[in-house]
Amino acid sequence: MDFDAGKYAPYVWPAFAAVAVVFGWMIADSLARARKWRKEAEK
Amino acid sequence: MLAFLANPDRFMAFSRWAAPSLGAAAALLLCAGLWLTFSAPEDYQQFDTVRIMFIHVPAAWLGMFAYLCLGVASLLALVFRHALADAAAKSAAPLGAGFTALALITGSLWGRPMWGTWWVWDARLTSVLVLFLFYLGYMALRAAIDDETRGGRAAAILALVGLINLPVVHFSVEWWNSLHQGSSTFGADRGDGLPPVYAIPLALMGLGYLALFGSLWLVRIRSEVWRRRATVRTLRLVEG
Repeated sequence: MDFDAGKYAPYVWPAFAAVAVVFGWMIADSLARARKWRKEAEK
Repeated sequence: MLAFLANPDRFMAFSRWAAPSLGAAAALLLCAGLWLTFSAPEDYQQFDTVRIMFIHVPAAWLGMFAYLCLGVASLLALVFRHALADAAAKSAAPLGAGFTALALITGSLWGRPMWGTWWVWDARLTSVLVLFLFYLGYMALRAAIDDETRGGRAAAILALVGLINLPVVHFSVEWWNSLHQGSSTFGADRGDGLPPVYAIPLALMGLGYLALFGSLWLVRIRSEVWRRRATVRTLRLVEG
């Protein structure tokens, strides 16, 4: 595997970081909502 | 299938195993896709920036696909007044907005080294920005109206209006002169298609994004069903 993006690293890595952040938010928010409302519904 | 899942109890039973299964599939597909992304050779014209393609193109696909799901669910909610269809529409919007935001961000980061600019008011970029604004408008309209039923119906009408934008996004590179390249995947002209060394990781990443969307969509619809059940129970308690 080649992780060396050379002079394009300032563009390539922020793009992958953006995906990680947005995916992280999507997963965390979806699971947190599910946990919260499941508890409320089962009270 | 749609009729089968229209029953909330059957949907909850189905999504209980479908959501984690799709999540596991997404994890496997994304890991394999990322491994091939960083194993693929750099492009002779785009050099290492070609790796952005593997995260940018699937984000654009899913931004459009999620909107199609939002539109179909909105139509079903409007026509049949089905609560689960309304929950599906509501649940698709933030995920679709996330994928569309990613398409815009990663596209900008790809455009700067290749085109020499972060942004240009070109047909493809502008129509994707309009798609993102439709998502934001849908969520804002729902949130702005206190009566949940009325808010859902108003937002569903807006979602249906926004469906007009989907073919504009897709065909924008054919209908207008665009800085954005034409299709190199679905419907690509002969000779414009991607070679397997790029097409395979792109396909894996696309399927990974799709499985992730499917999994999180089901999780969010389940949350919405629980939220509505909790709200109904609270109202019954208040009414005595």
